[in-house]
Amino acid sequence: MIIMSVPRFWRKQIARYNLVGTHCQKCDEYFYPPRNMCPACRRDGEIEDFKFSGKGELVTFTVIHTAAEGFEKQTPYVLGIIKLKEGPCLTSQIICDPKDVSIGMRVSPVFRKLGQDGEQGMIYYGTKFVPENARN
Amino acid sequence: MRDVAIIGVKNTKFGEQWDRSFRDLVVEAGVGAVGDAGVVGEKIDSMFVGNMSGGQFVEQEHIGALIADYSGLAKHMHVPSTRVEAACASGGLALRQGIYAVASGMDDIVIAAGAEKMTDVPSAKASSALAAAADREWEGIMGATFPGLYAMIAKMHMHKYGTTSEQLASVAVKNHHNGQHNPIAQYKSQITIESVLKSIMVADPLHIFDCSPITDGASAVVLAPADIAHEFTDTPIYVKATAQASDTIALHDRRDITTLDAAVAAGKRAYQMAKMEAKDIDLAEVHDCFTIAEICAIEDLGFAKKGEGGIMTQNGETEIGAKIPINTSGGLKSCGHPVGATGIKQAIEIVQQLRGEAGKRQVDGAEVGMTHNVGGSGATAVVHIFSRNR
Amino acid sequence: MSVGIVSYGAYVPKYRIKIDEIARVWGDDAEILRSGLMVNEKAVPDLDEDAATIAVEAARAAVLRSDIDAQRIGAVYTGSESHPYAVKPTSTIVAEATGATPVLTAADFEFACKAGTAAVQACMGLVSSGMIDLGLAIGTDVAQGAPGDALEYTAAAGGVAFVIGNKESELVAVIEDTYSFTTDTPDFWRREGMPYPEHGGRFTGEPGYFKHVTNAAKGLMSKIDTKPADYDYAVFHQPNGKFPTRVAKMLGFSKEQIKPGLVVPRLGNTYSGSCMMGIAATLDQAKPGDRIFATAFGSGAGGDAFSITVTDKIEEIRDNAPKVEELLENPIYIDYARYAKHKGKIKVA
Repeated sequence: MIIMSVPRFWRKQIARYNLVGTHCQKCDEYFYPPRNMCPACRRDGEIEDFKFSGKGELVTFTVIHTAAEGFEKQTPYVLGIIKLKEGPCLTSQIICDPKDVSIGMRVSPVFRKLGQDGEQGMIYYGTKFVPENARN
Repeated sequence: MRDVAIIGVKNTKFGEQWDRSFRDLVVEAGVGAVGDAGVVGEKIDSMFVGNMSGGQFVEQEHIGALIADYSGLAKHMHVPSTRVEAACASGGLALRQGIYAVASGMDDIVIAAGAEKMTDVPSAKASSALAAAADREWEGIMGATFPGLYAMIAKMHMHKYGTTSEQLASVAVKNHHNGQHNPIAQYKSQITIESVLKSIMVADPLHIFDCSPITDGASAVVLAPADIAHEFTDTPIYVKATAQASDTIALHDRRDITTLDAAVAAGKRAYQMAKMEAKDIDLAEVHDCFTIAEICAIEDLGFAKKGEGGIMTQNGETEIGAKIPINTSGGLKSCGHPVGATGIKQAIEIVQQLRGEAGKRQVDGAEVGMTHNVGGSGATAVVHIFSRNR
Repeated sequence: MSVGIVSYGAYVPKYRIKIDEIARVWGDDAEILRSGLMVNEKAVPDLDEDAATIAVEAARAAVLRSDIDAQRIGAVYTGSESHPYAVKPTSTIVAEATGATPVLTAADFEFACKAGTAAVQACMGLVSSGMIDLGLAIGTDVAQGAPGDALEYTAAAGGVAFVIGNKESELVAVIEDTYSFTTDTPDFWRREGMPYPEHGGRFTGEPGYFKHVTNAAKGLMSKIDTKPADYDYAVFHQPNGKFPTRVAKMLGFSKEQIKPGLVVPRLGNTYSGSCMMGIAATLDQAKPGDRIFATAFGSGAGGDAFSITVTDKIEEIRDNAPKVEELLENPIYIDYARYAKHKGKIKVA
């Protein structure tokens, strides 16, 4: 697990648990992960919170065999870029047999453990994705 | 704004160097470059050092001061020294800062160096340190690795343009072929398409041989105003353009995952500044941290049509002696990638080629060369154009 | 009192391990175990699942099923014997992840396999007293059995959430009454810091399960003057298939009555969610007016009995979230090595 300090993780917890991002009311663009500064409108932007449905489509992916630190026991795992229905793209794991993953496939969000800070530290939870037709 | 020239260069060997510390490497490069330029220490006005992760690799910050100190320039002469960081583009960016200092008229003789000591920590820790070039909060936390991010670029490139694993492998094969003639290269061994495809899968579709290695090394150049360059060398190499651009740090926020817009923007700015086009470039050193990165680079810089980078490489059009030689040094793949040093090493390759000193790697009649240095998965790009002719 | 279930949701992980596979490793007789326990396979959590993630999935399913405004939830109580933290509640994670925060009370429950139903009773009290509008009660577990121990054959993962309320128009099932029978009986326990529970072997039967279930059940039927024949369905805590079948017979319930709720053969014992899972499976196919009798059992020990009547509203909402049957479909079977990896039974540096 890339260890995050407790406050740093907690600050964006709701964004990770509930896919809450932001929306610029001025230019109607949606942001997930959340942004407080709209790149198009900048200081003229009107930012509000927005909860995404989590439905999306897989834009690209890879199957990671050499894991990031802390993820060794999960290999091979599928990492992908998902385009949410409302527009923005995010990076997440897709829980699926690697041979069943394909570009364009539709996905739904699930609540999972992202990692932990060792046996004694904090457990980090967040959103990963499964193929939409999985009954999860 | 004054014209700027490179008057001296030096690379250390690149590789796993157990006996040499971070300080040893930088001093060797710096002293070597100053010697090559024939400059006396008292004339050095300032230095810029590219280093990505001293903190994570050797638990050291304040790199600017450290290097000035161990180069003997701090105690008596108090030379100003600045550490520059842009992940894997740290070296290219240090060069750019040095060029600014001379072009502006603020400084005359400036050292631009880059260094990284990556093998003092276990490989897993080194990989983790490199991942700081990506978006920790939203990519790293999900288990993204650097090969993983570039693998996603590769998958998309294959999906959109039909690029094949063999075409990716041809980048590695060519670069090893070039690297065998480079005395400083980490890996001089020859490889084949087959051996690349058979090597262990790191992040599908990238095999271990599609990935640049973990390396120790340092490089340095000496910059001077073009007007006085001939006092130091018979073959000053002139800076025709320096350009830089940024893009979103996370891959998922890019406009087009198969295009590094920062590289396109920096390339365009460089061509404009030099009043040149892609066809005017005789050779280029591009940032092949992974094989797919070279394919995207030659498309982004206008050497190949969008989507045709793979075919072009497979057809041999980027070999020495062909239409547009790419990575005659052996690239990051064969030389190795001591992160902060790479951008400077790329400039040194161009200088040696334009001086006619590249030995078996020489591109005949090379007059204009380009360097392309990228940070992270494309959030920073630094492009330079150099020429024999002022 | 008019209090009852406004919505319900369940979650079962995708992975299963067969009894035969566990028996193969320990050299036990699979055939005898299968028929003796009346369990064929059990649910295994994924590497990134735990009692909290399961609780969230079950709770979200419940909120989704009846399209509940999560801000109305005034209490979240999660019962488990495998809470991810010994100190730091699972219930706050659930509350945040269902959008119920910040105006609510929350706490975690533990009472072996009846922690979930104890949470239900607490919510019933808060709702009936008018202290809260809706309560969310969850039973969730990623139960552990020591390698080679009898419990390893049945200890499974899963979770169920009930939303409790008292606005008649919202209830899909009225809980007419509840009755509990509790004594201090150490039939099964786990000490702080220990990875696996201990149990009293045959002591868990008569003095444990049967005494508390029968007393709670009889006590409730006596209190509200009902008998087994008055009910369409019955659900008893299912540590295996044998115990609920036997206790049903002892109390005078038939095999047909307990059939829809008896999911343990395909799922294993989901501990805190066990009885609630049986109730959910029953609700998935019950008709308006059907009556369900349920009794949960928790080691330590206690029985919680409930008398439930299904309302017309069940048909409106039932299909809006996955049914237990759907959750049991298309499982992925794994071998013992992979099972041990998922359950953290392999000692790593």
